[in-house]
Amino acid sequence: MTHSSTLARGGADTSAPSRRSRKRARRPGLSPKAVPYVLLLPGFLVIAVLLLYPLYQMVEMSFHKVGLRQIKAVNPAPAEFIGWDNYSQILDSDLFWSSLRNTVLFAVVTVALTLILGTLVGLLLNKLGPKMSTFVIVGIMAAWATPPTAQAIVWKWLFDSDSGIVNWTLNLLPDWLSNLLFGRADWSGHPWFNDTLTLYFVLIVAVVWASFPFIAVSVLAGLKSIPSELYEAAKMDGSGAVRTFRRITLPLLKPVFSVLVVLSIIWDFKVFTQLYLLAGGTVNRDAFNLSLWSYAEAFSSPPKMGLGAAIAVVLTVILLLITFVYVRQIVKTEDDIR
Amino acid sequence: MSPLARRRLGRAALNAAGVVVFLFAVFPVYWMVTTAFKPNDQIFTTSFIPFPSPPSMDHISRVFTKGVAGHSIWQYLFNSTLVALSAVVLGAVFALLAATAVARFRFRFRTSFLILLLIVQMVPAEALLIPLFTMVKRLGLYDQLLGLIIINVGLTLPFSVWMLRTFVAAVPKELEEASWIDGAGRFTTFWRVLFPLVAPGLVATSIFAFITTWNEFVYALTLIGDQGKYTMPVALQFFVGQRSTDWGGIMAASTLMTIPVLVFFLLVQRRMVSGLVAGAVKG
Repeated sequence: MTHSSTLARGGADTSAPSRRSRKRARRPGLSPKAVPYVLLLPGFLVIAVLLLYPLYQMVEMSFHKVGLRQIKAVNPAPAEFIGWDNYSQILDSDLFWSSLRNTVLFAVVTVALTLILGTLVGLLLNKLGPKMSTFVIVGIMAAWATPPTAQAIVWKWLFDSDSGIVNWTLNLLPDWLSNLLFGRADWSGHPWFNDTLTLYFVLIVAVVWASFPFIAVSVLAGLKSIPSELYEAAKMDGSGAVRTFRRITLPLLKPVFSVLVVLSIIWDFKVFTQLYLLAGGTVNRDAFNLSLWSYAEAFSSPPKMGLGAAIAVVLTVILLLITFVYVRQIVKTEDDIR
Repeated sequence: MSPLARRRLGRAALNAAGVVVFLFAVFPVYWMVTTAFKPNDQIFTTSFIPFPSPPSMDHISRVFTKGVAGHSIWQYLFNSTLVALSAVVLGAVFALLAATAVARFRFRFRTSFLILLLIVQMVPAEALLIPLFTMVKRLGLYDQLLGLIIINVGLTLPFSVWMLRTFVAAVPKELEEASWIDGAGRFTTFWRVLFPLVAPGLVATSIFAFITTWNEFVYALTLIGDQGKYTMPVALQFFVGQRSTDWGGIMAASTLMTIPVLVFFLLVQRRMVSGLVAGAVKG
């Protein structure tokens, strides 16, 4: 069946001597071979114009000096070619190392926490009774569905210095305990968003909160697909819970995990909306990650589009290297792709 | 302890863990909604007020009448809906055609196209912002919702095709073959046989694209300068002032923006997981 298609077959039976098919043979139309290309063309053009061409343009811009005069709608001045200058400027900038550090540390911590929490909740959902698991799934759906802008705003409100509920809760702790843990007893008016470290702490909490539900539901789907006979057999052979988990559950969930890990890394590497809102735009340069830095260079005045593009190239290259693993995994598991 | 008692205890512990997860997930959303219904003296307080007493409609009605940045929230909801619906309808047409091509035909470049889809999905939208901004500006589409619509079609299309092709592939080929034998043409077969069967998948895919577009922030922020053309995510940040934030107003607006997404989410949750994890989860 691999090299046939409905329409090609339809075309083939025109040789049959029935009246109907002879009529169809005369009907002007596309040759069956051209059909898939015609169907594909509009979508491919959209992708080419809106994703591939800009990708090329991003690389080209990164070797040019592109400012206000070059992006005017009328009579734009030609951009000056400056070779690798934008890239050397990036490497020389202190912001490069701080934003690379922020990007990578944030991604590592957030991915780890999201996967651990998500997997635990997925395992829990699998153990719960049907009513309780539906109840929890509807609950985590609420976190998952909250739009990124609303996520950032809600967490900003929870961590508000004066009226935020987090500071109120921390004030409930007995003074000695609070002193022991955090070195302070009074949390009234404590600002969370002035310091980069605590800002990123809130960001991590917000992003983990919003992304663990997807991991949990995926792990649950993976667990449900493992045939129960395997577990029965393991039980008969006297395998304990831990051993069954390590020898049966984990290996069978491995393909799911590798996709989830890569997707999470990709999502968390380029986090923008939540950071932009929590950091209050581009004022706090210490808090930049690569995508916020790129945005800040390109869209503050005077705009340095070329430099911004170069930063975006660096981010994209890192992400495409990670994506390579994902694509390989998909091509391997999905036989239908070849 | 008897085995029965131990099992009961284990069940109770699991249920308790379930409740904790539920509370952690729901509390911020609960706090957002309740803050929207609290009068200001219950918002700007240092004490804990678990529930607005009595609930006040002040913030909700204020965001509709007075609004923010000089426009009622109606305007932003309208802009968001217009952009999302147009992008979804346009994208659905392109996605359905392309998905039919890759799911129903074997042709040269098919594998290359599928791999291309996977890779472009992974290119960060934030990185393409700069070239797309200059492109939009040159085409005179800056400050126009049309520009935003076109961009969102591009951003959502690769995933839509990827997700939709599994739905097309799930329709048995025999049905179309039967239709051929009955003398139906290519178009009739597509429209009368394949389309109705793929429709549920098309709805799920479209809802996903709708949510993505509805939530989209960076492009709406950079491609629109005219306040009357802001979408909801961008309008939200104007509740945040230099000195103080209008928490009641921003929570009311956030709640209004979250409701449609939440409804859609509950509708397509199952299909979204299968689409995202693609072939990795079987069954």
